[in-house]
Amino acid sequence: MIRLSSVSKRYAGGQEALRNVSIEISKGEFLLLTGHSGAGKSTLLKIMAAIERPSAGQIWVGGQNLAGLRAAAIPYLRRNLGLVFQDHKLLFDRSVYDNVALPLRITAFETRDISRRVRAALDRVGLLGRERANPVALSGGEQQRVCIARAIVHRPAIVLADEPTANLDDAYAREIVTLFQALHQVGVTLLVSTHSAAFFDDVSPRVVELQNGALVS
Amino acid sequence: MRAWLREQVLAFLDALSRIRRQFLTAILNVLVIGVALSLPVGLYVVLNNVSGLIQRGTTEPQLTLFLDTAATQADTDAIRQRLKESPDVQGFEFVPKDKALAQLQSSSGLADVREELGENPLPDAFIVSGRATRATALEKLRDETAKWPHVELAQLDSVWARQLEAGIRVGKAFVAMLAIVLGVALVAVTFNTIRLQILGRREEIEVSKLIGATNSFIRRPFLYFGALQGVLGALFSWGLVSLALALLERQLGVAISALSDSGQLRGLSGAEVLSVGAVAAGLGWMGAWISVSSHLRRLDPD
Repeated sequence: MIRLSSVSKRYAGGQEALRNVSIEISKGEFLLLTGHSGAGKSTLLKIMAAIERPSAGQIWVGGQNLAGLRAAAIPYLRRNLGLVFQDHKLLFDRSVYDNVALPLRITAFETRDISRRVRAALDRVGLLGRERANPVALSGGEQQRVCIARAIVHRPAIVLADEPTANLDDAYAREIVTLFQALHQVGVTLLVSTHSAAFFDDVSPRVVELQNGALVS
Repeated sequence: MRAWLREQVLAFLDALSRIRRQFLTAILNVLVIGVALSLPVGLYVVLNNVSGLIQRGTTEPQLTLFLDTAATQADTDAIRQRLKESPDVQGFEFVPKDKALAQLQSSSGLADVREELGENPLPDAFIVSGRATRATALEKLRDETAKWPHVELAQLDSVWARQLEAGIRVGKAFVAMLAIVLGVALVAVTFNTIRLQILGRREEIEVSKLIGATNSFIRRPFLYFGALQGVLGALFSWGLVSLALALLERQLGVAISALSDSGQLRGLSGAEVLSVGAVAAGLGWMGAWISVSSHLRRLDPD
């Protein structure tokens, strides 16, 4: 489903974020990406979503080679992905409902389909009752759940989550882990980065660790 | 196709709601655009009216045929007949030499000239007005009539008509230049407005791109906003020019009714209003496009 072959990323300042990373993730797999902060986890996820381009190496996502991807083709790649951000990236000028509806609106869904799907996604993360609320009024854990709802509302085959449990209390973090577990059970390919792998012990995913931009096996 | 249409409608509605949300800013922009547009549009209307007045004016250019002194009554009648038959001639007046002399005496106060000269030195003359008012057409008529027998001299008082035509041409070039300069200003005003809007919606644009919005999806409501603003500006300038014209009409009331058939100044025709609106919409669209595109380029991965 996702394949990275000798991927390196060097930033303009000379800092090497990734060194010769090769990973293969098969369909339906739950892969946990661990490592201390600054090890390159975020960079790896950004490269998979074509938010950043690698300095060297090849990446295939869903059979598509990202190396030769034109800027105009990137949106269509991202529509097959669900992205969960550490800082949620919710829009505080609109309701929870409208935040979750965003991925459907950009692909011109019919209004009634949008309503049905948004409610299904909010139900899945346990926030059906809060659809009219403004995300700013929600707790950190709830905001993260809204972010997950937005990532799965268009039913992507792949979900990439960058530190979804960071800045959350243990209880909230466990709720999020349970959510990912449920997604895994319905066959979604999952790649989650975290620096606290202990939360995911019950799920027993495959774990790869990054250290200073390189994989340690 | 239906999805495409729905996206257009949604983007248009979004643009409308953006105008409603930033009503004061939008209104001020419309005023700026409207005033900028009404300069070239107003000048255009004035020039149109001036050239209209010339074309049907009472002081149309005239051709004077001076006959030689040998011309007899029969020769004069022959010329009269030819003028009547010529398709280029609208009307003419015969001025016999005695009448010309009388006019000269009464208008210049040279009452004693007759006595001193002994005999009338003035020739018989025809004053001809042509059907065409363009100077070149009258010149053709002059060259033709000059060859007629007993026509000593065919003189065209076309200098002023040419000067006016040249003046109007210069004026039209000036209007075109002004229109281009202010068109650029319209693009710049829209560019800036959209840039400010983008700053206010930076997060929304960033998130939309992250979850797979195409550039054209993000651009579309801004484009409609720019175009709408241009159209409203054009409408405002139309109103402004119409108002100015109405005031001018009241001021010049008598003079205008003496010069034009309808007694009214000519405003913009429907087609002209439409084209001003279309051009303003296009320029607004362009300003928005440049603004959004330059912002989006910065969001692409490098």
